[in-house]
Amino acid sequence: MSTPSFSDPALLRGMTQRRFGRRDALRFAGLSAFGAALSACGVSGQGKPAASAPPPDAVAKYWADKTKGGHVDFANWPLYMDPKHPELKKFTAETGITVTYKEVIEDMGPWFAKVQPQLAAHQSIGYDLMVITNGVQFGQFVNSGFLAPLDHSKLPNFKANAGEAYKNEAFDKGNVYSIPWASGLTGIAYDPEKVGRKITKLTDLWDTSLKGKVGMFQDTQELGNFGMMVLGVDPAKSTADDWRKAADKLKEQKSAGIVRNYYDQSYIDALGKGEVWVTQAWSGDVFQKNVSDGTNFQFVIPEEGATIWTDNMAIPITAKNPLDAITLMDFFYRVEMSASLAEYINYVCPVPAAQEQIKKDAAKASGDDKAYLEDLATSPLLFPTAEDYKKTRYYRDLSNPSEQQQYQQIFEPIVLG
Amino acid sequence: MGRVRRTLAPYLLILPGSLWLLLFFVIPMATMLSLSLQQGDIVNGYVFTGHWQTYVYAVTDYKTQLVRSLMYGAIATVALIVISFPVAHWIAFYGGRRKPTYLFLLLLPFFVSFVLRTISWRQILTDDGPFLRPLKEAGLLEQNFHILGTQFAVIAGLVYNFLPFMVLPVYVALERIDPRLVEAARDLYASPSTTFRKVIFPLALPGVFAGVLMTFVPASSDYVNSAVLGSSTTTMIGQVIQAQYLTNSNYPTASALSFVLMAVLLIGVFAYARALGTEDVMKVAAR
Repeated sequence: MSTPSFSDPALLRGMTQRRFGRRDALRFAGLSAFGAALSACGVSGQGKPAASAPPPDAVAKYWADKTKGGHVDFANWPLYMDPKHPELKKFTAETGITVTYKEVIEDMGPWFAKVQPQLAAHQSIGYDLMVITNGVQFGQFVNSGFLAPLDHSKLPNFKANAGEAYKNEAFDKGNVYSIPWASGLTGIAYDPEKVGRKITKLTDLWDTSLKGKVGMFQDTQELGNFGMMVLGVDPAKSTADDWRKAADKLKEQKSAGIVRNYYDQSYIDALGKGEVWVTQAWSGDVFQKNVSDGTNFQFVIPEEGATIWTDNMAIPITAKNPLDAITLMDFFYRVEMSASLAEYINYVCPVPAAQEQIKKDAAKASGDDKAYLEDLATSPLLFPTAEDYKKTRYYRDLSNPSEQQQYQQIFEPIVLG
Repeated sequence: MGRVRRTLAPYLLILPGSLWLLLFFVIPMATMLSLSLQQGDIVNGYVFTGHWQTYVYAVTDYKTQLVRSLMYGAIATVALIVISFPVAHWIAFYGGRRKPTYLFLLLLPFFVSFVLRTISWRQILTDDGPFLRPLKEAGLLEQNFHILGTQFAVIAGLVYNFLPFMVLPVYVALERIDPRLVEAARDLYASPSTTFRKVIFPLALPGVFAGVLMTFVPASSDYVNSAVLGSSTTTMIGQVIQAQYLTNSNYPTASALSFVLMAVLLIGVFAYARALGTEDVMKVAAR
């Protein structure tokens, strides 16, 4: 398992599917969340800034007095689990621990803003387990001391089955606070029919012959990453200087009229409607779009590189039932469970052995299901190849607030022209 | 006893309204004003420091979007007057017994959510959509032609979404014109155009005034039309405020921008009211 299996079809699937519904949902949620943010803004409480590495005895100290409560309140994103919750049912049958599963996380910024006051006041947020994306807010959760340090002696399945790449991610080295739920890649999607040629590189996004037909992400990190990678800079190691150069490169792309618009999740819709022909994309969406709409869009991992993001399970420090939560976290690292999850959500599976499991499931299935699962088991979007993994880059850690503000100031004017 | 009650009555009557305003207008405004003068970040919290420079940075960084929003709002408002006047005029003078039906038909689309209607326009006007595809296939338009993402799309969206707020006040003003005044003008040999200029239009002005207030202010601060129908070259100030609040959790800048926008709109409205005469506004309000 030393080579992380990017050839896992679960990876591909994941990349192609779920983000669509989830981010779409967010967009409208954002409208009402605006009101919520307004009412919340007067009472922005103080998080306690903590060092990113906890003191050595933090784990023992935190877990010492924790006992089994028999219940887990689980906060996740929409469309991130089979609505029939087969995995959770199995978990309850085996352990007797009941689970309340809520799809309450719709966007990282608002989610952090929502739970921050309670966490800062040492109150329960009503959840024992949540799935949060690596990125600015992940760093904010860690820096504020809002996440429980994980006791790895309680995570034997994770240790045995997680792919190596998922054990050492820059945003949480050594999985001190989190273990992955699923991953996805940010690459390029295009419509081969309209473009009429192969798209293989990031520089294709700067091709003037595609004027007005290129879509970019409005998320400043996603956007900035592409600006940096096209200049040969690894985003994870970038400096403010690199950001400025990348911003110039992106401004050049904008002022040349190449960019049609900067999109949120709606980019996949814009691709479907022919508004854009080539666009920045999350791996899962394209697969899903092709399956549901019969389109023939391609997803490519650009030669210069693609970024990999990870949604992670973490325990809020004020959780009432952390012991039950960590049991559930480990449960998802059983090979059958991770395969079962990947078969539904179609995102990159952090458990390489799940590929074999999906093949086994495919052998047992028949008809359409069989074809679907066989497809899945070999999809590079669920299980990217080692070659694909080599091209993946990680996100820059922006947990330092002043760095984050500087970053925003550099890239925001591009999106909010 | 009775006298005391009579003295207190007006105060008691305005009590619910005052409490409402205090709770949902004055307190939030004061909170926001304080927030705009705070410094910090979401992790460490924001602390009041009286840092008024945020206003300077906010205006310097986003003046383009601010000016653009006012311009879009103004263009949309003028377009609304031009479009609404004939409609309101026709319903008021030629609607007959069916007036309520016509007004109902006018309002019918607006029973659907604002956001949904705007998204529907996106579906209709999209590059390969039911409107542009046939024209492109017939060779009348080049493949690259698009409506979405342009200033035209955003302003047209604003005009569409605020139409009833202009038609209705103009209609109310026109409807109240005594037909005998129009007849008298005709008897005095005024041509139809003179009648319109000298009689109908001046009498409809209070309605237009109210309509402008009800459309220019929300249109300038709107962020849905630009987000759904526009592109990164049509960003309006409302979008900036929304992004600062929700995406960046940069509450001071967002609050400062909100206050700047409010101040600009208030000044604009006062100047406008002065120019057109406040009496008319009072008259409209009295109705």
